[in-house]
Amino acid sequence: MATDYTPTEMMAAVAARELRDGEVTFVGIGLPNLACNLARALHAPNLVLIYESGAVGAVPDRLPVSIGDPSLVTGSLMVCPMADVFQLFLQNGRIEVGFLGGAQIDRWGNINTTVVGSYREPKVRLPGSGGAAEIAIHARRVLVISRLSARSFPAEVDFVTSPGQRSHGSSRRELGMPGAGPVKVVTDKAILESDPGSGELILSALYPGVAVEDVQRGVGWPLRVREVLDIVAGPTGEELRLLRDVLDPRRLYLS
Amino acid sequence: MHSKVVTMKDAIAAQVRDGDTVVIEGFTHLICFAAGHEIIRQRRRDLTLARLTPDLIYDQMIAAGCARKLVFSWAGNPGAGSLHAFRRAVESRPAALELEEYSHFGMVTRLAAGAARLPFGVMRNYMGTDLPEANQLIRTVTCPFTAETLAAVPALNPDVTIVHAQRADRDGNAQVWGLMGVQKEAAFASKRVIVVVEELVDESVIRADPNRTLIPGLIVDAVVVEPWGCHPSYAQGHYDRDNDFYVAWEEISRDPVRLSAYLDEHVYGVTGRAEYMQRQPGLRERLAARPRICAGVSYGY
Repeated sequence: MATDYTPTEMMAAVAARELRDGEVTFVGIGLPNLACNLARALHAPNLVLIYESGAVGAVPDRLPVSIGDPSLVTGSLMVCPMADVFQLFLQNGRIEVGFLGGAQIDRWGNINTTVVGSYREPKVRLPGSGGAAEIAIHARRVLVISRLSARSFPAEVDFVTSPGQRSHGSSRRELGMPGAGPVKVVTDKAILESDPGSGELILSALYPGVAVEDVQRGVGWPLRVREVLDIVAGPTGEELRLLRDVLDPRRLYLS
Repeated sequence: MHSKVVTMKDAIAAQVRDGDTVVIEGFTHLICFAAGHEIIRQRRRDLTLARLTPDLIYDQMIAAGCARKLVFSWAGNPGAGSLHAFRRAVESRPAALELEEYSHFGMVTRLAAGAARLPFGVMRNYMGTDLPEANQLIRTVTCPFTAETLAAVPALNPDVTIVHAQRADRDGNAQVWGLMGVQKEAAFASKRVIVVVEELVDESVIRADPNRTLIPGLIVDAVVVEPWGCHPSYAQGHYDRDNDFYVAWEEISRDPVRLSAYLDEHVYGVTGRAEYMQRQPGLRERLAARPRICAGVSYGY
């Protein structure tokens, strides 16, 4: 196990380990894309990458800068219209894993990518949902990747773009959502998991050298800690080699 | 065969009017910047601009004062940052741009309903999100068969839709390969359709490969031949996306003075796409696609 690595490299490696071989994965741009391609190069060669732009079974031979990069088309299994992506793949229940990130993630795993402040008079206008709302609702499980900070992890998000385990007091089951929602949040210091009973995000695993207090400082609510806390192994030499030399040699996302 | 081929200038003059709802579609791929620039040059006003991802082209049109309202689902600069003209308009008090916001699935469903001439479209969506609160047009409907509550969004029927394709014949039968986005639905939903192409081909080329036709000529009002008309977006098999320009836009759009200078030089300062390309030597060489030819199929019987 290597000791000299960045938090971003660790996040990509940890997210990759969450993927199982053969899973149908809805890929976002940036770290999720790195994680998926790392998994594909290691333990999950049969991972099926689907991009909301319509590329199914994509095998990009360069790191896509956008979710609609031409390299996602070349050599893919299928290219379909976006109506098919959302109706026939996502709403049909074919997506096993969805990746999401966001400016704010709250105690219940709700994600905000719409506004900071009020919707009508925002302090900061963010891009909005894109496909995130429906991915959060339909993917069988959702993995979230985000760096910890009290600003990014408030007790309650300013706007629920993508629903988590409880939204405005109602559970996913009560709201009739098909997917399991955000089950894990991969951060730069630790892994948070949604508690199966309450739906609350709790601390489940620490990265090497990180203390519980370090994680609490980056979370805006009193963080519950699982009784048995796992320690996550740092990136292996092979994970780092692939990330640095093969997948993102220009350091687009690994900065 | 009747020819619908016109210049970009004439197509925009005839088909795009002040106050129109305009859709220039293309998801990352085949976004017709050349048409957006011509709309800016002809100083169209009070447009409702609709697109899933406003992208740089609507940021430029917002900056140029063309837009009254934006209908959208994701307003960012993919992989690079923000659309700063959009953000300035929305973050100013009072806001200088009206918003009507959905998710991608919502926008796709609106256009599909519009294309089928239905009043609304349904999805299993939006439960638990704040989007219906932000946009009162996102509503629910009860299934008459199962009594399930489903999300409903109104049909979107643009006045004019502009789609870019790799090739079409003179009647507008347009063939696309690579990412297809929501162009077919947008074109069928629209009152008027402009098809812009990299290459004008004979009808026999279209007929030789009918499965590749995305837009049939019978819904097309005008055909414009405009090679490199998508730059800095891309056309699969012709030229790559200009990712460097998308990254550069972050700094250009952040500064209203620089953005204005950009429009002066590359939009107002040129007569059309040909001159736009001439002014940027080296662009073709840098972005030209390497060939990756697919095997043909037999349509015989």
